[in-house]
Amino acid sequence: MAVESAAALSGKDVVGISHLSPGEIQLILDTAEELLEVAKRPIKKVPALRGSTVVNLFMEASTRTRFSFEVAEKRLSADTLNFAASSSSVSKGETLFDTARNLMAMAPDFIVIRHPHSGAPHRLAKVVPASIINAGDGINEHPTQALLDAFTMRQTFADLEGLKVVIAGDIRHSRVARSNAFLLDKMGAEVRFVAPASLQPVDVEELGVIPFLRLEPALEGADVVMMLRIQLERQKRVNFPSMREYFDFFALTPERLDLAAGHAIVMHPGPMNRGVEIDSGVADGPRSVILDQVTNGVAIRMAILYLLAGGRSEAASDS
Amino acid sequence: MKRLLIRNGRVIDPSQGLDQGMDVLIEDGVISSISERLTAPARTKVFDAAGLVVAPGFIDLHTHLREPGFEHKETIASGCQAAVAGGFTAVCSMPDTQPVNDDPSVTAFICRRAEQAALARVYPVGAVSKGLAGEEMAEIGEMVAAGAVAVTDNHRPVRNSQLFRRALEYARSFDIPVLAHEEDIELSDGGSMHEGRVSTRIGLRGMPTSAEDVMVARDVLLADLTGGRLHICHLSTSTALDLVRVAKGRGLAVSCEVAAHQFILTDEDVAGSGYDPNWKTNPPLRSASDVEAILQAVYDGTVDAIVSDHEPHHADEKEHDFADAPFGIVGLETAVPLALNRLVHGRVIGMMQLVRLMSTRPAEIFGLPGGTLREGAPADITVLDLRALKKVDPTSFKSKSRNTPFAGVRLKGWPTVTIVGGEIVWQAKG
Repeated sequence: MAVESAAALSGKDVVGISHLSPGEIQLILDTAEELLEVAKRPIKKVPALRGSTVVNLFMEASTRTRFSFEVAEKRLSADTLNFAASSSSVSKGETLFDTARNLMAMAPDFIVIRHPHSGAPHRLAKVVPASIINAGDGINEHPTQALLDAFTMRQTFADLEGLKVVIAGDIRHSRVARSNAFLLDKMGAEVRFVAPASLQPVDVEELGVIPFLRLEPALEGADVVMMLRIQLERQKRVNFPSMREYFDFFALTPERLDLAAGHAIVMHPGPMNRGVEIDSGVADGPRSVILDQVTNGVAIRMAILYLLAGGRSEAASDS
Repeated sequence: MKRLLIRNGRVIDPSQGLDQGMDVLIEDGVISSISERLTAPARTKVFDAAGLVVAPGFIDLHTHLREPGFEHKETIASGCQAAVAGGFTAVCSMPDTQPVNDDPSVTAFICRRAEQAALARVYPVGAVSKGLAGEEMAEIGEMVAAGAVAVTDNHRPVRNSQLFRRALEYARSFDIPVLAHEEDIELSDGGSMHEGRVSTRIGLRGMPTSAEDVMVARDVLLADLTGGRLHICHLSTSTALDLVRVAKGRGLAVSCEVAAHQFILTDEDVAGSGYDPNWKTNPPLRSASDVEAILQAVYDGTVDAIVSDHEPHHADEKEHDFADAPFGIVGLETAVPLALNRLVHGRVIGMMQLVRLMSTRPAEIFGLPGGTLREGAPADITVLDLRALKKVDPTSFKSKSRNTPFAGVRLKGWPTVTIVGGEIVWQAKG
């Protein structure tokens, strides 16, 4: 039983899945469905955001998310500005609010922000009139990723309710895992988090998920298997011992994928570490929808911009 | 001779077991007489305290005055103004200044500045190790000779257990307590709030209670080993309180304090703030069950002192995101009303216990003058209006900083007059 779509987004921002209602999620997914065909036109552009200015404020390195937003903005005919600042400007004395005030002096309609620290978009949203879209904040949320993941699942399964979704990797540091958990819980899916306890947050049940310490039992009957990128940075060497050991016990291999449902799809938010969390045979195999995720990301981001623009112009004409 | 007679007040003095209507006569900065009915000698200034509580001056064992080095956040003068406006007649200033108070010249500078301000008494706390680096012991004896009343490495807890053992031993020669901010920095792991259900929900890196508890356990064991005087700063967890109970049960010289905000706010308030750094403290605002445990320990006497943990920060510094913003909130001008409102009006403890926790015990455990209204004691007095109802208004703070999570909160019970050395140094308006 699909959730009824909301008429519009209720807030001026999209800072997290935790702030969206199931109806709003449904609305974004349905709108993205319509906008997906823009990419199939010979002229891949619609005038919806003509005259609007979007600032892409990336205070943490990103290639694919930033490109995806830029493509979405351009297909909607918005003017885009890229503002790549390292958060080290903090050490130069500029505060988050200073950055915001500088940007607002250019009168943008939207600010797409990625920030290395949780809650930065939420704080910005309170102090600037522009619509804030969270492109990933610290270890907190990555709402557009979760929406494009849900959209991709819907292309195979039609309805999210009742789906069994495995999410495996460094859960504790993954905003993708968290946003997916929030979204899938709201839409009635079952989420299984897989990681050794050293890579899961405390009281993880708070997120409405079922935690597993090993991959194999979690895969049983799974409809979706989402693998997260594993990084072995020096400071995380206390969390697990080596890439080899991670692969041996926690990676998605063809043999392990056989434990999932026969129709199961394989997802990855990218960039992949082949041979670490995912075997190439799976990543490039027939059940992989990893490249569909990339295509769908543009449609989701277009949908959010489009819906926020509509909401704002209606609000403006009300006053 | 300079005289001040405080008339008709409700005198509460745990050191003498007094809670009754009395008059207090002050002569030349010293309490000269305390009795049910005193007649004013000639040329005596009279203050009518009818309807007010008259208590020995409140002593804040944990204040960051920021001077020298961070005068944009607070100076000794502005901090002392905030102290007396908050009902404190004395404060202990932490050594994390620039330069660090690890040297008698810095200690002496702080004392001199406090004398110039001539408001609250300031008792400097020196560093345990040079530069707070946790490697070499600072000149503890020299600092005590210059006016220091205790030592601590503050927010940079001594990781080297051997150094901490030796400091507890060495400090015995000078009969001062060693203070400990209890935190295993590796376990805190760059976190910015209490680790638990709420941190998992809102996606902030957490600081587990065990980061505090393992260090409390270590230091209690070292206090046992050394016979040194250990005072645990702004304790915040249920388990740490149990460890203090064990220490006290064994008769160790272990005491502890809690900050006023720690028995009022929880990690849920951090979530409610929308990532506002005015809710970012260290130790972090804990769970509701830790708050319950603190209230129980305040009631049963496990807690020795209530402190402000006044940590002023410039407004600019709280304009960052939650992780980048510094830890700490101001407390000198809110700690007393918060304690009166929550503990006394909230029926956790009576006024006698409150005065014990904010005056008598602090004086005892740090060996400070005051904490009593006995004849011959310094005339440091805090006068309270238990019925006063006011909202916290940061714009009226005497402190240079405004970083408080309590703006606009209505509290019942406020300080109304502060007397230091027989002088009325502050009086509430209206």
